[in-house]
Amino acid sequence: MTFAPHLRRHVDCPPQVVAAATLRSALESALLAAPTLRHYVFDEQDHIRKHVAVFLNGVLVRDRIRLDAPLSDGDKIDVIQALSGG
Amino acid sequence: MNPILFACTRKGLFVLRKTDGVYAIAEHHFPGEPVTQLLVDHRDGAWYAALRMGHFGVKLRKSVDLGATWIELTCPALPKKPEVAPWAEDSTPWSVDLIWAFALAGTEAGELWAGTMPAAMFRSRDGGHSWQLCESFWLNEKRLGWFGGGNDHPGLHSIVVDPRDPKHVTVAISCGGVWTTHDDGANWSLIGNGMHAPFMPESEQFNPNTQDAHSLSQCAAAPDTMWVQHHQGCYRSIDGAQTFTRLTAPTETDFGFPIVADPANPLRAWVVPARADTYRYATDGAMHVARTDDGGQTWQVFRKGLPQTHAYDLVYRHGIAITNDGKTLAMGSTTGGLWVSDDAGESWTEIEARLPPVAAVGFD
Repeated sequence: MTFAPHLRRHVDCPPQVVAAATLRSALESALLAAPTLRHYVFDEQDHIRKHVAVFLNGVLVRDRIRLDAPLSDGDKIDVIQALSGG
Repeated sequence: MNPILFACTRKGLFVLRKTDGVYAIAEHHFPGEPVTQLLVDHRDGAWYAALRMGHFGVKLRKSVDLGATWIELTCPALPKKPEVAPWAEDSTPWSVDLIWAFALAGTEAGELWAGTMPAAMFRSRDGGHSWQLCESFWLNEKRLGWFGGGNDHPGLHSIVVDPRDPKHVTVAISCGGVWTTHDDGANWSLIGNGMHAPFMPESEQFNPNTQDAHSLSQCAAAPDTMWVQHHQGCYRSIDGAQTFTRLTAPTETDFGFPIVADPANPLRAWVVPARADTYRYATDGAMHVARTDDGGQTWQVFRKGLPQTHAYDLVYRHGIAITNDGKTLAMGSTTGGLWVSDDAGESWTEIEARLPPVAAVGFD
């Protein structure tokens, strides 16, 4: 699980290995290491913010709400700033 | 000691200090980040800055050393949206998009109010480390009648606290009228009768619940005197915002965003007229400020020191501020102009011409 430099610029959170069965539980586990970062990634409804993008094994995850994609050993998750806006 | 001047802009917070009689930028905090509001708590010297990050949402930072260092605070946050009626169908997102207003609450350092978009009120009693939603206000079903005014959702932009009784707080919402509490936020009442919205269906034009009060300002020395710059007209109340009377138009237009009450003189206020409402810049591209000294019966227009040709500046609702002694005003625009007046708005000195768009200015 990695958080992009644009996020780590505000609240640092180094790459981690977490044990989790779903994407949401992986994100929740990883953010325990940097609780302040949580509000940068999730909104109050626990949805992924619209200008944050989550990739699972290099593929953009379009679901921002359920985050129930199952995980397997060795899966790689990247959380980045979506390059939207101008 | 000269007051510090703050300019909250699209690309950071600028702190200006007076050197040799002239304000100049001394510090630039949060470069690149939109800063929407700044509050100075004079009771302990703390600074609170509200950020609206394009990608990562609203953020709140605090400094207890005049900006030398900042810490991140917990932001005001809305609760989980219910899955049952009536709130399950609420079209307003239950997510704070903007911290649009701050005010000092109570009597002790660290007691704060924050107003947000979507329109909600939050109270902190611990220097901004935690925030409590005013639930009765958020869960008032009258809120379902509000709508956005130039924004997607209704927003709470003005908070005035009665200097005689800090539990008496009055707020204004675009578009959700004027509301007040007498018990420190536990219960809220819709007030603000007398305002008129000609753009609404006829039966709704005087409904106080949907008036677009662009800004609300209170005279500190006569707190029952409040002024509103409305989407269509300038208004004044002498009964604590229970009822408003429409004023003479300051110029050929009475559209604009800010209105600033004189802290001492209940007959004096300033507005920055703009051509309504699809244009939203000064008439003829010539910037001016209008002041009334007689409770809004007549206005004087002042232009000295302000750009008079091809000036497409708009002054937002928090874009003009006055010192507590009523002598000095500062004004910032969407085009990045920043001006100061030391003669009650009659003449202005340009401090900066090309700042990022200015959301708010203030003095410490």
